[in-house]
Amino acid sequence: MSDSHHNTPAVVEEPIPNPGLPAHHWRPTDVDERAEKRAERQVAAFFGLSMVCAVLFVVAYFTLEIGDNFDTFAGLGASTVALGLSLGGALLLIGLGIIQWARKLMGDHEIIEMRHPAASSDEDRAATLEALSIGTEESGIGRRPLVRNTLLGAVAMTGLPAVVLLRDLGPTNAEIANAEEGLGLQHTIWKQGMRLVRDVVGTPIRASELEIGDLVNAAPEALFPTEENGYPEIEGIPLQVQKAKGAIIVVKMEPQDITPGEGRENWSVNGILCYSKICTHVGCPISLYERTTHHVLCPCHQSTFDLADSAKVVFGPAHRPLPQLPLAVDEEGYLIAQSDFTEPIGASYWEREKQ
Amino acid sequence: MSLDTSKVASTNGTTAATASKPSKIGGVATWADDRLGLAGAMRKNLRKVFPDHWSFMLGEIALWSFVVLLLTGVFLTLWFNPSMGEIHYEGSYDQLRGITMSEAMASTLNISFDVRGGLLMRQMHHWAAMLFIASMMVHLLRVAFTGAYRKPRELNWVIGCLLLLLGTLEGFTGYSLPDDLLSGTGVRAADGFLKATPVVGSYMSFFLFGGEFPGDSIIPRLYIVHVLLIPGLLLGLIAAHMLLLVYHKHTQWPGPGRTNDNVVGFPMLPVYAAKAGGFFFIVFGVTAIMGGLLTINPVWKFGPYDPTKVTAGSQPDWYMGWPDGLLRIMPGWESVIFGYTISWNVMIPILIVPPLMLVILMLLPFIEGWITGDKRDHHLLQRPRNAPTRTAVMVSLMTFYGLAWAAGGNDLIAIKLDLSINQITYFMRVMIFLGPLIAFIVTRRWCISLQRHDNEKLLHGYETGVIMRSPDGGYSERHLPISDTAAYTLTARDRDEIYTVDGDTDSNGVTAPGSRVQALRAKLSAKMYEHNVQKPTAAEIEEAHHHAEHEHALEAGLDHPADGHQFDGHSDHTVEEAPLRGGH
Repeated sequence: MSDSHHNTPAVVEEPIPNPGLPAHHWRPTDVDERAEKRAERQVAAFFGLSMVCAVLFVVAYFTLEIGDNFDTFAGLGASTVALGLSLGGALLLIGLGIIQWARKLMGDHEIIEMRHPAASSDEDRAATLEALSIGTEESGIGRRPLVRNTLLGAVAMTGLPAVVLLRDLGPTNAEIANAEEGLGLQHTIWKQGMRLVRDVVGTPIRASELEIGDLVNAAPEALFPTEENGYPEIEGIPLQVQKAKGAIIVVKMEPQDITPGEGRENWSVNGILCYSKICTHVGCPISLYERTTHHVLCPCHQSTFDLADSAKVVFGPAHRPLPQLPLAVDEEGYLIAQSDFTEPIGASYWEREKQ
Repeated sequence: MSLDTSKVASTNGTTAATASKPSKIGGVATWADDRLGLAGAMRKNLRKVFPDHWSFMLGEIALWSFVVLLLTGVFLTLWFNPSMGEIHYEGSYDQLRGITMSEAMASTLNISFDVRGGLLMRQMHHWAAMLFIASMMVHLLRVAFTGAYRKPRELNWVIGCLLLLLGTLEGFTGYSLPDDLLSGTGVRAADGFLKATPVVGSYMSFFLFGGEFPGDSIIPRLYIVHVLLIPGLLLGLIAAHMLLLVYHKHTQWPGPGRTNDNVVGFPMLPVYAAKAGGFFFIVFGVTAIMGGLLTINPVWKFGPYDPTKVTAGSQPDWYMGWPDGLLRIMPGWESVIFGYTISWNVMIPILIVPPLMLVILMLLPFIEGWITGDKRDHHLLQRPRNAPTRTAVMVSLMTFYGLAWAAGGNDLIAIKLDLSINQITYFMRVMIFLGPLIAFIVTRRWCISLQRHDNEKLLHGYETGVIMRSPDGGYSERHLPISDTAAYTLTARDRDEIYTVDGDTDSNGVTAPGSRVQALRAKLSAKMYEHNVQKPTAAEIEEAHHHAEHEHALEAGLDHPADGHQFDGHSDHTVEEAPLRGGH
C-alpha cells in the first residue's frame, strides 16, 4: 500500500546521539559485607514478624468472641479488627520482606533483550496460507456450495433451541395479567371499596383523623388479611409483588389549594388525596414531602411531583405524573378506594398505552 | 571507593547461571521436562526482561485484587444462601431479630455476626472489588495517556475495555446479592431500565425476574452470574491479556540505551518474579487491613429489602455513579408513537450513552491509527504532552465522566454545600456538553506549551536560578545546558508526520476510489498535529549552543559556569567539572 510508503517518517538525523545504557552502580549491599548482612537480617525480621502475626491471628480467632460484641472497637467487632490487622500484618510483612530482598540482595543488573516484530515471518505466513488453502481445497467447501450452505443453515438453526430453551425463565406480562385479579403491570390489588390502611400496622385510616399537611404512607387492606375483613391469605412473593405495586401516599391539604385534574373532581375527600408511591421514572418509592409546596421528591433521581396539581412533574427526569387513586369514604368514616388505579403504576414500558 | 566485586551475587550476570553439578532442582526439572517438554518455552521466559516504572504497577494492582476477590469470594460462598425464601432472622444482631427477611439477607447477617472472620472477609471482598475497578480505570488512563495502545497492542486494549465492563457488571451483581434495602432499590431501578427497552422491555423484565418484580428468582440468578459466568469470562480475558503482554513484551519509556527495538529491565527470575510476587502479598495485606478497620456496605443498617421503602441518599457503588448521574440530569422526555411508549429519559442515559462510550473507548487506538496512517510497531511510550490531541481527547472523556459522576451525587452536593438541587442539575445539563469541550482546548494548548518548554530546555538549557549582573547593570538568569542523557531522553520521540494524499487522480483524470475518504483522513491528520511542536534538529541545537556560549561570554563576567554551589561547600564537583554534571 502507498500508506506504508509515504507515511514512514523520512530519516532525519537524531539531534542527540543515543549515549547508551548508563554504567551500573554497585549498591552498598554489593560491596560491603556488613551492609549485606544487615539487609539479610532485615528481610528475615520481616518474615519473622509475619509469623508472629499469623500466630496472633489464630489467638484472636479463638479468644475474641463475636455475636453480641460486634461493635466494641471502632464500630466493628474486636474480633474483626484483630483478625484484619493480624492477617494484614502477616501478608504485608511477607510482601515487604520479599521486596526488600529483591531490592537489596538480588542482582540489579539491567538486561537488554531485543524485540521481535509481533507479526510472523513472511515465510511462516506463506506456509500457513498455503496449508489453509490446501485444507480448504481438500474439504471441498468452496466447490460444494450445497453442502456448505446447508451446514451453515443447520448450525444457525441450532441457535433456535438455545433461545427457545430460555422461554420458561418467566411468564410474560400478558399471561399473568389474565391469570388472576391484581396481577400484571396494568393492575394492582386495589379495587372498589378497599380500605386504605397504614403501611406498617395495617389499621384503617379515618378521614377525620388526618390534619392539614399530613402525609401517611399507606397500603391496601388486602395486604393485611384478617378474619374480620375477609381478604384471602397472602404472603411470600405474591405479597411482595402486591406491596411493590400497591404502595400509596395519602396527603391532606387545604381544599382550595387543590387543582383537580379533568374528571378527577370527586377523587378527593375533604382535601385528602391519594397517589401511587412508586415513581414513574424507574420505580423507586418516593418519600420526601414538603408540606408548604405540596411537592414530593423521589430520593433516587430527584423527580419532583406537585401533589396539589394531579402529581404533575415539576422537576427531574420523570415524565408522567404519579397515578392517582380515586378516594371515597365508607359508612364508618374510613377512607376507601373508588376503584383500582386507572393507569399502570411505576416505570414506563413499551406497550404501556396499549392495554 | 574500591569495589570488591568478588562479593557480588553470581545472579548479577547478564546470562542465566548454569548449574555446575546435578542438584535436586535439576532432578525435578529433568523429570518434569521428560514428560512436559517445557524447557524450550521456559528457556526464553525465565529470564524474560520486564522494564521498571511505577506506573506499570497499576495493572498489577488490578490483577492481584482479582486474586483476592477469588479467595475471599470462595470463603463467602460457604455460608451465603442465595435464596429469596422468607425466614425470621434469629441471629446475633439485636435490632433485626424476629424480622422477616430473605434467606440471602439472613445469611449475609449470619456471615457478618456469627461466623468468625466473616465480616472481615465480606469487607475485604467489597474493598478488593473497589480496588479492582479503580485500578483498572487508572491503568487504562496510563495506557491511553502514554500511547501504549498503539500498534501492535490495539487488541489488548480492547480486551482491557471488556475487562472493565465485566468488572463493573460483576460489581453490580455482587452488591445486589445481600437483598438489603439499598441494593434492592438498585435492582428495582434496573428493572425500570429493562422496561424502558423498546419492544422487548417488559418481556426482558419478566424473564429476568421470573415474573412480576420482585419475583423469587432474581437473587439466585444474579448469584450464578456473579460466581460463575462473569468470573469465568474475567479469568479467560485476564489470561489472554497477560499472554499478549508477554508476547508483545512490555512497553518502556525512552532513555539512554532504551529504543523501540529492545527492552531494558530486570529479568523475570528472580527480580521481577520477586517484586510482583511480593506485591501480591502487599495488595492482599492492605485489603485485609482495610477489611479489618473500615466498614463498608453495612447491610445491617439498611435492613432487608421492602419494595415500599427507600432511604434518602440512595446511591449505587461509585463505579455505577456516572450513568446514574446522567439519569439524574436527563430531562423527562418520553414520547408515544403509534401508541407505543418510548422512554428517552431512561434510554439515553442508561441504554444508549454508556454502551456508546464503551465503544468509543475501544475504538480509540483504531481511530488514531487510521488518522495518522501509522503502520509501525510502537514499543516506546510517549509523554502525554507529546501527543497533545490524544491527551486532550482523554482529558475530555475524563471530564465527561467526572461531571456525570458528580451529577450522580447531586443530592449530596446540594446537602453538603447548601445549594439548590435544581440549580446543580441545570448547571450539569449545560456543563456535560461544555465541560469536555473546554477541557479539550485547555489540555491541548497546555500540552503544546509544555512541548515548547522542552525545546527551550534543549536549546537554551535549564534555569539555574543564578542571577548575573552585567558590568552595565543589566540582570539576567544564567542558563546551563542539560546533561546528554536528559537531552537524549527529551529528543527520543518521533517527529509528527501529517498524512498526505497523493495520486488523487490516475493518468486518465479519473478520481481514485475512496479519495474523498483519504482527503478527510489527511485533513484530520493535519488537524490532529496542528500547532504541535517538533523536536529541534541537530543543526538547530548546534546553533543554539553556539549562540548561548557567545552570549555567556559576553554577559556573564565569569569565565566558568555557575549553579550557586561552587562556593558554599555543598558542591559535589569542582567548578571546572560543572558543565559535565548530569541529572537535570
